[in-house]
Amino acid sequence: MFDLFTDYTLRTVAMGAAILGIVSGVLGSFTVLRQQSLLGDAISHAALPGIVLAFLLTGSSEPLPLVLGAGIAGWIGTLCVRAIVRNTRIKNDGALGLVLSVFFGIGLMLLTYTQARPDASQAGLDKFLFGQAAALLQDDVVTMAVLGGIAIVAVTLFWKEFKLLSFDSEFGRSLGFRMGAVDILLTTLVVIAIVIGLRTVGVVLMSAMVVAPGAAARQWTDRLGVMVCLSAMFGALAGLTGALLSSTGARLPTGPMVVLSASVIVLLSLLFAPRRGLVWERLRSHRRTALRTEGARP
Amino acid sequence: MARAPARREAMEKTSAVEVMDLTVAYSDKPVLWDVDLSVPQGVLMAVVGPNGAGKTTLIKAMLDLVPISAGRVLIAGRPYDEQRRKVAYVPQRGSVDWDFPTTALDVVMMGRYGALGWIKRPGAREKQASMEALEKVGMAAFAHRQISQLSGGQQQRVFLARSLVQDADVYLMDEPFQGVDATTERAIVTLLQELRASGSTVIVVHHDLQTVAEYFDWVTLLNVRRIASGPTAEVFTEPNLRAAYGGRMAWLQTSEQEPVAD
Repeated sequence: MFDLFTDYTLRTVAMGAAILGIVSGVLGSFTVLRQQSLLGDAISHAALPGIVLAFLLTGSSEPLPLVLGAGIAGWIGTLCVRAIVRNTRIKNDGALGLVLSVFFGIGLMLLTYTQARPDASQAGLDKFLFGQAAALLQDDVVTMAVLGGIAIVAVTLFWKEFKLLSFDSEFGRSLGFRMGAVDILLTTLVVIAIVIGLRTVGVVLMSAMVVAPGAAARQWTDRLGVMVCLSAMFGALAGLTGALLSSTGARLPTGPMVVLSASVIVLLSLLFAPRRGLVWERLRSHRRTALRTEGARP
Repeated sequence: MARAPARREAMEKTSAVEVMDLTVAYSDKPVLWDVDLSVPQGVLMAVVGPNGAGKTTLIKAMLDLVPISAGRVLIAGRPYDEQRRKVAYVPQRGSVDWDFPTTALDVVMMGRYGALGWIKRPGAREKQASMEALEKVGMAAFAHRQISQLSGGQQQRVFLARSLVQDADVYLMDEPFQGVDATTERAIVTLLQELRASGSTVIVVHHDLQTVAEYFDWVTLLNVRRIASGPTAEVFTEPNLRAAYGGRMAWLQTSEQEPVAD
């Protein structure tokens, strides 16, 4: 535990994981409420071809161009989903699945092609698949913090508009808000949240971080503000726990440990949250039947 | 002689909602065909017609929420875009997720968002107006309840309160009586009649043909085309109903359930 304050690598990794947890927790709350959980999946998978293309175009394995490539590809992916839904008979979930698999397939193809190049192994592009937190540098963490900070400031500024979009978008349109623009803004922020986590958690598992903290937080509260704050805390908790667990020496990978920690939080929330938790629900109905049978006795 | 144009102007002014040659089509299938409608100010109007007649689409076209193939809609003589603040909208209750983590009061405050504009947050004034609206619909005691804990009738009242804080001249309501109990229905009718008495125009998509004559002083019968529109006493006649509903025995359909997407 004390390693957290002395070990440079561990501190960097823990901070990075906590930041990605906070940002994906905040933005994930809205995707969960809008029943768009698959959106995170589509964006993170769609980011892969962007990462590889950014490497091929710039020849650099610096984090910034790769993250930028990931963000642009993820964003184009969401635009494709919108275009498919608008212009064809395919529904939202079908469009998400299509974009996810087509983009990820292209990404894998490009990745295999690139691996044959002599400079590719140093670039560590394959690390983006499952993430490699140990490679995080302080500079990366600063980049993550700045991007995440921008996303969170935007959420507080457009709080009212995002709430309107999530609850009753059409009513918002009747009030004169350009809800299409609000939707694109929120989706762009989700892209940022995902891109922040790609190096640590990887494209395959990152979607879990967009869903898990929000789904867990929803169990504990009936207020949007509380839910978003709780979700950020759960995200941070999952990030820190994952980083610490992976540092225990068993050579456990950070990304999967972070996602597993988040899953444990979801499981506990589903079971034990007051009112919405399954355990209490079962207890309540049990007590009700018990009372009824008792009352039936003479 | 010089009076004629002035009188015509005055007559145009009395029209709260003017629909001209309105045609709306979803992927080539017309939902509304060449509809003309003139709703005078201060009436309480029912829009009736069979399932798929385009009632919801008509309301949404007035609100500029669906793309219009032809024709236009004027609110008090001007396009909707310039008149937003004068129009309040009550969507179908089933169109939102009532499990959303928010309170009744918070939903009502959304009615003030349009006047607030971008970014600005609601404050004490909006909160007070929303509490007053909740009181008017008899829901003040439930202001801080999570909305999923409200009954269908209570949720409908919350939606009505949200439109009241919009402080509009024209109210467009999509099936406000859908799935509400008798007490709520009476409360809503009283509220709508109060709105009319204060000079507002209220347009309601309605299903229960039995209560049309009792609740509404104006009616539009719709079935893709406009069948008839005018004072209830003149227009709500058996031949017109037969024309709107075809061979179906519409008189017996009292509380027919209609899917959300009309």
